[in-house]
Amino acid sequence: MSARGRTRSAGRFLFGGSARSFASLSVVLLAVLAIVPAKDHFREWLRYQNQYQSLIRNRSDGVSLARRFQGGVQQIWLPDLGVVDRCATCHVALKETSLAGIGTEPFLPHSPIPHSLTEFGCVMCHRGQGAATTVSEAHGATPSWEQPILPARYVESSCGQCHERPLTGTPQLNAGRGMLARYGCVRCHKVTSPEGRAMTATDVPPPLVHIAEKTTRDWIFAWIKNPQAYAATATMPNFQLSDEDARDISAFLIGQSTPYPAEANRKTPPVPSQDDAAAVQQGASVYGESFCASCHAMQNAAGMMVGGDIGPELTGVGSKAKPEWLAEWLNDPKVYDPDTAMPHYRFETKDIGLIMGFLESRTESDSLSNVHLDPATPAQIAHGKSLVNERGCAACHTFNGVAHPDNFAPELTAVGSLHLAKIVFAPGMPHTLPDYISAKIRKPRSFGNALKMPQFTFSDSQVDALVTALLAQTSRAKTLPAALRIPAAPPSTYRPAGRAGALMNDLRCFSCHTIDARGGDMAPDLTWEGSSVQRSWLVNFLKRPNTLRPALIRRMPKFNFTDEEASVLADYIMTAYQTPEFDRDQIDASKFSAADAANGKDLYYGKYACESCHILDPNKDKGYIGPTLTQAGLRLNAAWIFHWLKNAQALRPGTLELNWNMNDDDARAITAFLMQQKAASKEGASR
Amino acid sequence: MRRAFMALALLAAVGCRKVPSSAPAASAFGVAIVGVSGEKQAAGAGGSVDQPIVAQVNDAQGAGVPGALVEFHGAGGVRFDPPSGLTGSDGQLSATVRLGGAPGRYSLVATTRDKAGKPLVVTFPEIALDYQQTLGRELNEKYCSRCHNSESSAEKVSNHDNLSVPPHAFSDGATLNQIDSANLLAIISHGGAALGKSPEMPPYSPTLSASDVDALAAYIRAIADPPYRPQGVFYANP
Repeated sequence: MSARGRTRSAGRFLFGGSARSFASLSVVLLAVLAIVPAKDHFREWLRYQNQYQSLIRNRSDGVSLARRFQGGVQQIWLPDLGVVDRCATCHVALKETSLAGIGTEPFLPHSPIPHSLTEFGCVMCHRGQGAATTVSEAHGATPSWEQPILPARYVESSCGQCHERPLTGTPQLNAGRGMLARYGCVRCHKVTSPEGRAMTATDVPPPLVHIAEKTTRDWIFAWIKNPQAYAATATMPNFQLSDEDARDISAFLIGQSTPYPAEANRKTPPVPSQDDAAAVQQGASVYGESFCASCHAMQNAAGMMVGGDIGPELTGVGSKAKPEWLAEWLNDPKVYDPDTAMPHYRFETKDIGLIMGFLESRTESDSLSNVHLDPATPAQIAHGKSLVNERGCAACHTFNGVAHPDNFAPELTAVGSLHLAKIVFAPGMPHTLPDYISAKIRKPRSFGNALKMPQFTFSDSQVDALVTALLAQTSRAKTLPAALRIPAAPPSTYRPAGRAGALMNDLRCFSCHTIDARGGDMAPDLTWEGSSVQRSWLVNFLKRPNTLRPALIRRMPKFNFTDEEASVLADYIMTAYQTPEFDRDQIDASKFSAADAANGKDLYYGKYACESCHILDPNKDKGYIGPTLTQAGLRLNAAWIFHWLKNAQALRPGTLELNWNMNDDDARAITAFLMQQKAASKEGASR
Repeated sequence: MRRAFMALALLAAVGCRKVPSSAPAASAFGVAIVGVSGEKQAAGAGGSVDQPIVAQVNDAQGAGVPGALVEFHGAGGVRFDPPSGLTGSDGQLSATVRLGGAPGRYSLVATTRDKAGKPLVVTFPEIALDYQQTLGRELNEKYCSRCHNSESSAEKVSNHDNLSVPPHAFSDGATLNQIDSANLLAIISHGGAALGKSPEMPPYSPTLSASDVDALAAYIRAIADPPYRPQGVFYANP
């Protein structure tokens, strides 16, 4: 029989009559109907739920776990946040803390966080496709859903969508945001917070309008070729310039440089001979006594970097700075750089010479060894200028004849929600947003040699921090309900006025101290300093700052004030920086009795063990976290001590002193005891 | 917790077989492998630990063997850079480590083989912190470590040796694991004196909120060495 004949006979067998047709169709229908429940039975999430049930079945707390278990698709729907999450369909044990360390994913409980899972959902923090019910769609990227699960190391970025103010628990996010400002990222890239405030840079790149006064063309050439070769801690990135481009930019920089303004107060001491080892040694002493190391780092003989990072590293400064410029700078830095963070020390000419001699002796020869530049031609200078324009140098530095470029680089306000379809990935890299941002930061030129973004020198954890900060810049952040948003404190516009204000500006007090929410965090907050200290002590301290905190290596420098200057500053601080919370004269220390003080001494050494952190009796006490109290009675105001003991955190939020919540009697007694402490001041304590 | 360890170790063993053999061929063999540095570090989940892990292959005299092949393994998504390599002139190989995304304890393994092909193993326990533990670590850095950490540096001088009763290091599990959670929270909140201990431990409530104190306790438990095992929870069967 032919094939056609066989088909025909089979057809006759199945549909040979109405009864046969009916029976056959019923079988087909039954099979079709069975597909749905069968498909349902083999669902991925159902398999996980069955696994979970067998996991908990034999546990001693299995009954209660089973009672809390709900089968079927579990969904969190939060219309306000635009969240539809079905993650809990497989992650069934998110709230079962007893399974910590016992189960494996997807049966692990969520680690403790300050938010309710049901109020925030999952994708707010972890990204991924919340509505999906298969692992690959929920976790991975699909053509219709670009957002895969966020790798755990960047999860702090999600906090940053609402939390503009730094959170103690998100160090990586805070570090990344700090870096965006510190490394000048926001000078080229605009980054705006959800409430519309543009992030501002905190670095102070020097102006280059008088650069020829400061350094040589050879040094500029070596520096722009590789800043880190001159100073390992340099924040300027490497622009990977060719020798020709570096030659032409250095030619332009020298060419555009103008001399100092004629009215500048020039006071150049004789340049000491560098062979004079004794003078260099003396200069090193003055450098140390002036606490230059509070802001500037320098590599010591052992190769260790010692010092702060507010100012530039000075390890090889002798190869960079001309002696005459250094003298001018030490005399008054504002003449060269009106925005510098460096205070105007009132150095004597002799000391300027000594520090200059010391700094000029600190040379490094490696970066300059192979630089041989011929005199610049006008064509080179012109090419250098066009390069400066092209590379966006003026986004950070000021030049003569080059305008500051606006929006030089792409805005990064919503970079955390960048569509993958808009990204040109480098060959061979994973197609995810965090990988893209990370690769951009690590090696910008891997995306093409013509790109302008320079090469930074960041560690792995620094790159992670930056990526975290950038991923926080989502478009979702803008659409979130305003009630969820924790805005950053608005930038303080506080400026002290009058003669004292001018002095404080001259001394750059705000580089280290905070007053009224403005300023640096290296030194104590002075907002209520006028309520805290006694005027006579303050005048003395300003003239001869001695060390209050023995364990600190960053210290207040001696500015060499005149009597009049110290008095003007002290008057202003005593008047303007008083807290409205209490009257500084409300406690009369002379009314304390000897019994009060004796009681205070017992409390000081007994109940409150203050000697753990403070030195009051240098022969006996050893603690050195808090300031020394040997002279507390000369330094501090009685009402301040009293309120400080009751709640120091209210007076200076974030201070290391606890909120003791002390009762009035104890606080009074300890105040009486401390006001007795009037040890004679030791000359030269600051050394 | 021990079961989690075993599970991780099992996964590590499974993981070993999957590693592609792109490693260079060993030119020398040792008789032992030891951990030099990098163990017992804590980092945020998925983050890199601060210091690289360093393994050293030794000969019978205990001297480093250059040119021995060392492979690093870790379960739960741990990444090593490099994942394997030959030991240097000092017999050591170091790798930077990125921990897996789940918080908890990780047991990283460095393996080499002796001449007979028998695997030699050294483990590096590391800790991935969750949000609460990270918060605890940050609070510890600000408030506690000045006294509880005896390591002193010029930037951060330790006050540990200035106290009459030396404070316990937070990783001192042998001591701190004995203190139950209620007491641990109470000591942090109310100070040593309130619990009949040294008044040199001050009361951190109300300076720190209750959730901050919880976070500190969670951090102390997370980095305890030996590991902390909560009391009173027994399971018949996992």
